[in-house]
Amino acid sequence: MTAPKEAWITGIGIVSSLGEGLDAHWDALNAQRINVDEKRFAPYIVHPLAPVSFDAQIPKKGDQRQMEAWQRIGTYAAGLALDSAGVKGDREILGRMDMIVAAGGGERDLAVDLAILNAYMKGNSGPAFLNERLMNDLRPTLFLAQLSNLLAGNIAIVHGVSGTSRTFMGEEAASIDAARIALARIQSGQSDITLVGAAHNGERTDLLILYEFDDFNLKDKFDPVWARDKHSGFALGSAGVFLVIESREHAEARGAKPYARLSNVVTDLAQRKQPGAVTKSLEALWSKLGMPKDNGALISGATGVEPVTSEEKAFLSAHPGCAVRATGTSFGHTLETQFPLGLALAALSLSRGALFPPNDPTGLEVEMAETPTQIVVMGAGHWQGEGMALVEAIK
Amino acid sequence: MGVVTSLGAGKADNWKRLTAGESGIRTVTRFPIDGLKSTMAGTVDFVTVDPPSSTGLTERLADIVTEEALGQAGIGRTGDFPGPLFLAVAPVEVEWPQRLEVARAISKSDFDVNDVLAVSGGGKFTPYHRRFMFGSVAGHLAEKFGTKGSPISLSTACASGATAIQLGVEAIRRGETDAALCVATDGSVNPEALIRFSLLSALSTQNDPPQGASKPFSKNRDGFVMAEGAGALVLESYEAAVARGAKILGVVAGCGELTDSFHRTRSSPDGKPIIGCVHKTLADAGMTPEQVDHINAHGTATPENDKMEFLGISAVFGERAKEIPVSSNKSMIGHTISAAGAVEAIISLLTLEHQRIPPTINYDIPDPAIPFDVVPNVARDARVTAVMSNSFGFGGQNASLILTREPI
Repeated sequence: MTAPKEAWITGIGIVSSLGEGLDAHWDALNAQRINVDEKRFAPYIVHPLAPVSFDAQIPKKGDQRQMEAWQRIGTYAAGLALDSAGVKGDREILGRMDMIVAAGGGERDLAVDLAILNAYMKGNSGPAFLNERLMNDLRPTLFLAQLSNLLAGNIAIVHGVSGTSRTFMGEEAASIDAARIALARIQSGQSDITLVGAAHNGERTDLLILYEFDDFNLKDKFDPVWARDKHSGFALGSAGVFLVIESREHAEARGAKPYARLSNVVTDLAQRKQPGAVTKSLEALWSKLGMPKDNGALISGATGVEPVTSEEKAFLSAHPGCAVRATGTSFGHTLETQFPLGLALAALSLSRGALFPPNDPTGLEVEMAETPTQIVVMGAGHWQGEGMALVEAIK
Repeated sequence: MGVVTSLGAGKADNWKRLTAGESGIRTVTRFPIDGLKSTMAGTVDFVTVDPPSSTGLTERLADIVTEEALGQAGIGRTGDFPGPLFLAVAPVEVEWPQRLEVARAISKSDFDVNDVLAVSGGGKFTPYHRRFMFGSVAGHLAEKFGTKGSPISLSTACASGATAIQLGVEAIRRGETDAALCVATDGSVNPEALIRFSLLSALSTQNDPPQGASKPFSKNRDGFVMAEGAGALVLESYEAAVARGAKILGVVAGCGELTDSFHRTRSSPDGKPIIGCVHKTLADAGMTPEQVDHINAHGTATPENDKMEFLGISAVFGERAKEIPVSSNKSMIGHTISAAGAVEAIISLLTLEHQRIPPTINYDIPDPAIPFDVVPNVARDARVTAVMSNSFGFGGQNASLILTREPI
């Protein structure tokens, strides 16, 4: 087999509760800014999307109308990534650009659902009731705004990314695997250039209900992720993050400037019935990643839910020299988007020659004075799936 | 290989019924059909799960086909499959029976969403979280069958089954693994799923008789028929399979994929993405169109798909498009959506094994605009060395496979 090709991150698109674009995020992180809304879904806490003018990346109103919020967020972030990579509108490249999207589904029409449920509970529903209400009340194109693979579909329609298109599903793990497969395809020559990422709308009551079933939502009071020992939970966040990853030779041939190198992505599915399984899994992934320096930097997608966050902490306490940053504190939990978010912030930090400051009263996150050359991105899903990536500076 | 469709469980039963031209489509009895425009589907009624849910049935169907496939492959040990899992599965969400259970826990009348939220936590509905996670079916299969690494759940709409196979092929070609378990499953015939497709005017409304509804390539075709099913394939590198003395059922000679960026549900009118997809697949296999001697069509029986499939095939195959046998399994088993690409790849491999092509049934009024040889109504013995299996889906998803009996 030929040696694996080097893969560069040449485009980053990010929109979140902290704003849009790289400069806005760099400034917000350095100012340790956190944007939470404790009122709108009280007692639940969410990190709402910062005001965004979708027209800037999705010029046709008709396209915007065909999408649910998560698709608009993702299509917007994908456009930012293409701009950042300098390939926006380049039909030749876009026509052969591969795409791997990690996706959940779109929001339900809660007014329709609630009307149906209320009628059922009052007992005025015959056998045809559900059928008739759904037939009459569902917006015909709502399905397309909910379908998982239609984020990729919308990115193809709006931006013209039309090589291959795959949508991975499965919460946090979906995007870790998306990054892994994107990298493996580039390293092996199966792809020259790939758009990879995810989007999440955290301002959704139907998601709060889903996560409330197992008591995962953060309630009443916001605390940084590492300070939720006695008050565990995640605060859903809205964010869209896409990366353009390409082989070094492809990037050099078109004169593209890299932010960082994506050197490795490793994933696991720990059987979590055993206490300590996640800690063990992360330790094994750390070894597989190529044993990064113990005094390096690590960006964690820690959720703040238990027991997984404590298991992550146990892993981190075995690597005390690492400067850790938790994206969950600043951005909330963005499910499929959390891992691409970590990759984006790692690449951004490496390209700026500094790690952004800690945002953590517990002291787990420490200052990092020196210029980082390697950043590990870590993800452990709220219920399953673990992974790590190694992102390195290009000198 | 393992397969379940509305015609039955297992390769033997399905092959017998497919080549007899039987239909698995019937009037839905799982839930009331009052008020629906389309009342038939290819439901798998001989498998039930408790408590009932589409995701639960989807998972059970995947179990059944995986057990059949692993039994035939004789690879690894029980609960210890030596490779990764690629699972094509429908998007997941909380379903109506569960939604109603939660509503029943609310004590007041005229409740709003905050009242729903207030009763959702506290442990009464804990299993619903796991059941309705997108990664739940893959997590279950990975644990049960001991696949290696993080399992991948994927959706490329109606092309999902083909994409699962494609991901397995790519992993083997990269040398990451000698074997991959590729599973595609769909048990999602429920009222809302049916209504969603109905509202997009995608479904046939020729309800009577239900067996006659799915009419691929016919002039009077009026949409697809929703169906359930699952398919599982154990893929191995050819060298590894030969080395362990495995019985090789066929070869995935080529895979291709090309996105259509024209519209959310319609193909580009010039057919270029389909043509490009077929060309990429041929190139991947290192084959010319002349070497393909049968096409297992996507053939959904929507007016749009069948027309575009002919346009794409005829652009690549030229005059041969009228001679090469092109049949649609969906005429008998309906459209198994997320599972279709894998179910139809398996039927393609059975076609190669038996040298017999299943028919396109319900072909009574040919569409003169689609002059395919559709193998009308009756199975046909034929020399078949290479089959192209096509899958095209919402969101511009196009994927094709070329399957052969022997390595090319």
